[in-house]
Amino acid sequence: MTAEAVLAHDTWVEVCPVDRLGREQGVAVLLPDGTQVAVFRTHDDALYAVSNVDPFSGAAVLSRGIVGDLGGVPVVASPMHKQHFDLRTGACLEDADVSVPTYPVCVLDATILLGRL
Amino acid sequence: MTRTLVVVGNGMVGHRLVQALRDRDVESGWRVVVLAEEARPAYDRVALTSYVDSWDPATLQLDGAEFADDDHVELVLGDAVVSIDRAARKVTTASGRVQGYDALALATGSVPFVPPVPGRDLPGCHVYRTIDDLDAIKASAERAGEGIGRGAAMVVGGGLLGLEAAKALRDMGLSPHVVELGPRLMPLQVDEGGGALLKRLIEDLDVTVHAGASTSSIEEDRGRLLAKLSNGVELDLDLVVFSAGIRPRDQLARESGLEVGARGGIVVDEGCRTSDPDIYAIGECANLDGMVYGLVAPGYSMAEIVADRILGGTASFPGADMSTKLKLMGVDVASFGDAHAATEGALEVVFNDAVKGSYKKLVISDDAKTLLGGVLVGDASDYAMLRPMVGRALPGDPGAILAPNGGGGVGVDALPDEAQVCSCNAVSKGDIKHAILGSGCQDVPALKACTKAGTSCGSCVPMLKQLLGACGVEQSKALCEHFAQSRAELFEIVRVTGIATFSELVAKHGSGRGCDICKPAVASILASLGGGHILAGEQVALQDTNDKYLANMQRNGTYSVVPRIPGGEITPEKLMVIAQVAQDYGLYTKITGGQRIDLFGATVDQLPAIWSRLVDAGFESGHAYGKALRTVKSCVGSTWCRYGVQDSVGMAIELELRYRGLRAPHKLKSAVSGCARECAEARSKDFGIIATENGWNLYVGGNGGMMPRHADLLVSEVDKETLLKVIDRFLMFYIRTADRLQRTSTWLDGLEGGLDHLRDVVVNDSLGLCAELEAQMAEHVKGYADEWAGVLADPEKLARFSSFVNAPGTPDPTITFREERGQKVPGDKVPVLLGIPEVSAR
Repeated sequence: MTAEAVLAHDTWVEVCPVDRLGREQGVAVLLPDGTQVAVFRTHDDALYAVSNVDPFSGAAVLSRGIVGDLGGVPVVASPMHKQHFDLRTGACLEDADVSVPTYPVCVLDATILLGRL
Repeated sequence: MTRTLVVVGNGMVGHRLVQALRDRDVESGWRVVVLAEEARPAYDRVALTSYVDSWDPATLQLDGAEFADDDHVELVLGDAVVSIDRAARKVTTASGRVQGYDALALATGSVPFVPPVPGRDLPGCHVYRTIDDLDAIKASAERAGEGIGRGAAMVVGGGLLGLEAAKALRDMGLSPHVVELGPRLMPLQVDEGGGALLKRLIEDLDVTVHAGASTSSIEEDRGRLLAKLSNGVELDLDLVVFSAGIRPRDQLARESGLEVGARGGIVVDEGCRTSDPDIYAIGECANLDGMVYGLVAPGYSMAEIVADRILGGTASFPGADMSTKLKLMGVDVASFGDAHAATEGALEVVFNDAVKGSYKKLVISDDAKTLLGGVLVGDASDYAMLRPMVGRALPGDPGAILAPNGGGGVGVDALPDEAQVCSCNAVSKGDIKHAILGSGCQDVPALKACTKAGTSCGSCVPMLKQLLGACGVEQSKALCEHFAQSRAELFEIVRVTGIATFSELVAKHGSGRGCDICKPAVASILASLGGGHILAGEQVALQDTNDKYLANMQRNGTYSVVPRIPGGEITPEKLMVIAQVAQDYGLYTKITGGQRIDLFGATVDQLPAIWSRLVDAGFESGHAYGKALRTVKSCVGSTWCRYGVQDSVGMAIELELRYRGLRAPHKLKSAVSGCARECAEARSKDFGIIATENGWNLYVGGNGGMMPRHADLLVSEVDKETLLKVIDRFLMFYIRTADRLQRTSTWLDGLEGGLDHLRDVVVNDSLGLCAELEAQMAEHVKGYADEWAGVLADPEKLARFSSFVNAPGTPDPTITFREERGQKVPGDKVPVLLGIPEVSAR
């Protein structure tokens, strides 16, 4: 699928088949407006979507971070400088003033769909 | 105006003075000129005996001994001062140099005392003081080796230095006889009971002890030496070493009219000032309160005092701690405080276990309340705790303190803050506490760096650990919140149980789902134990981004690529391939410090295409992204170099190919130098090899970077086969036991028993582990496969290398470049996005 094809969808963007995204891994998604989103699948097959841009470095890399949990909270660690973000809320665990946007995400017919807010 | 301090002598104490002054003289008000008789920069004379392990003078050289980077220090070697003109404040050297001074420090040390024995000047008679002395002894020992059977040597003097000399002679393959005038070995430090056990333990090591005897004469006898002792014994010998004490070198001071003591030594006051206020004397040449100190610790105190006084301070000599702890040929001996119970009314409590070979004595005050001193032979593990308690109230019943495993309530809490924990560097318990609570030191290496405690003899390291605990620094070994175990414990669990996935490990031995600390650590353990491709199955979710994409992430989210160039050797054809790939993908190109080429600015989706070209041309992953072997640097060695003595490039390539891909707690760097000039800088590496005429010297635990550390000599002059074996064992032992992200340097610093213990384990096989460690390495060598070739051959792994899962091939629009010096570099930093931006609905 190309970027042009993505534009054809209106409110939900098709991301990929569910089994393309392994447990405790992430993928990067490009929205038609150029926004980059990181979609994660945790060990219990829950899906989360947050901005792919690491707010500390400005690099679009969060989808490449390690997924795990801290104190029971599902998190991704930025691969740049290891700050942790709560996958449910986007809040940074190390700095209460920082958070990343979150996005709705769901599965339909074994395909992951990302809401555009 | 800059003033001039002239230091006469460049031994350990003279060197310490220069260091101390340069550390404190922040405004550089003083210039220092060091005039030294020996042709070598300051070296560790206390460790002189270890020179026998390598015959490499560089291993003894003190850190910073050449003051190469300090233009306020002029070091003049091989030019002794011959006279002082006190009126003109000038000194003259043997070469005729005249040097003026504002302050003069005499650090001329001492000369060995040679008793007036007939025949003491015969060839084959030596003293034991300098590197040159040991070279001369070696030459005599080699002549002895040409004869039939084992050569024999006599050491005159059974004190500390005499036993050191006996060890050196034994290591050279000779049978040593130690002749001691006193009634027992180490008569100054050890009492009769301890001396008896010491004699037995030393004689078990093939050293013959003749106590209560003196040497009557030494004669030449058919090319050998014949020594007659006062007790009628005659010894056939190849060489003789005199180590019967020292005499201060005060000749220069005498000739200049400075006051000297009745029994020698330049008389100084408590500020180390001689009878001329512009002249100081420190170390073994000084006589303070009628005492000449032959230990390095009081010498260091004097050096610090003079540095302070020269800068206007008022420091004064605090009195010397003559306590001693040493390991002689593997036998622990310690003596502290009033070891001989000379205090009036002193009581002795002795615990003597002849079966275990352990003798312990405490000397206590007449009211049995205050510790005065003690002697420990065979097992000196209580030394660190007992020595600082001298002069203080005993915390418990002395009998209980001495009992095995008793401890008797002797804890670090019992010590007052002013008690000295590290006597080598005069660090008190209060200093350590301040470093922990005030400066935030969290572990032993941090305490060592901050306070210098534990950096000399290391006997106080167990106390440092206890103090950390006592100050509430949690000494938890837990890897993270998911595992209560340390990395080393997890390694053992995985090794023994054969658990092959993180999920199984965290389910059975941990809690939760893991994090960015435990996941890569476990991935590394699985890889070290031969877990297959690091991106296979669920392992991909454990890897840090660098391992996950087999490249190094840079600050804009792009990656850099480093193909392996073993030993730094590369053909023009392969260079052209790298150049072509870099040009085609517009990559910024830089030569690394490890003799490789780094290609920057590749996006995730470009990596497979780039590597496909490189693999086709015969390159493989350089593991620059992994906590793994990086590179083995080399100089050109004997192949080209006029000075090289071995093929260092060939060795470097062999090592790099042997250990490539080996996952470890942290990155591993290595280098091979083809001769002692050390152009490959091997001693700054985790394992460094330096060629000698007869084989290879292996150094371990070196580091550059933020905490530089010179590597320590582990084995010397070994052949290639032995070298590989020892490196196999060293690396596997490190991989098994180190903490996460702990380089070999800090691992070695924190290893209980230090270098000696490491050598015991990986050379002498004290734990019976060597065969297992070697087998494990053999598995690694056999199982190695190029990780990038593995990715290119597997469509599933390859699919992960895309910029966007819904738009593969579309480049990340946030990545921009600009040009600098003809190459592309990251564009201006992307504006930092803080907080949730307002998102407008379309």
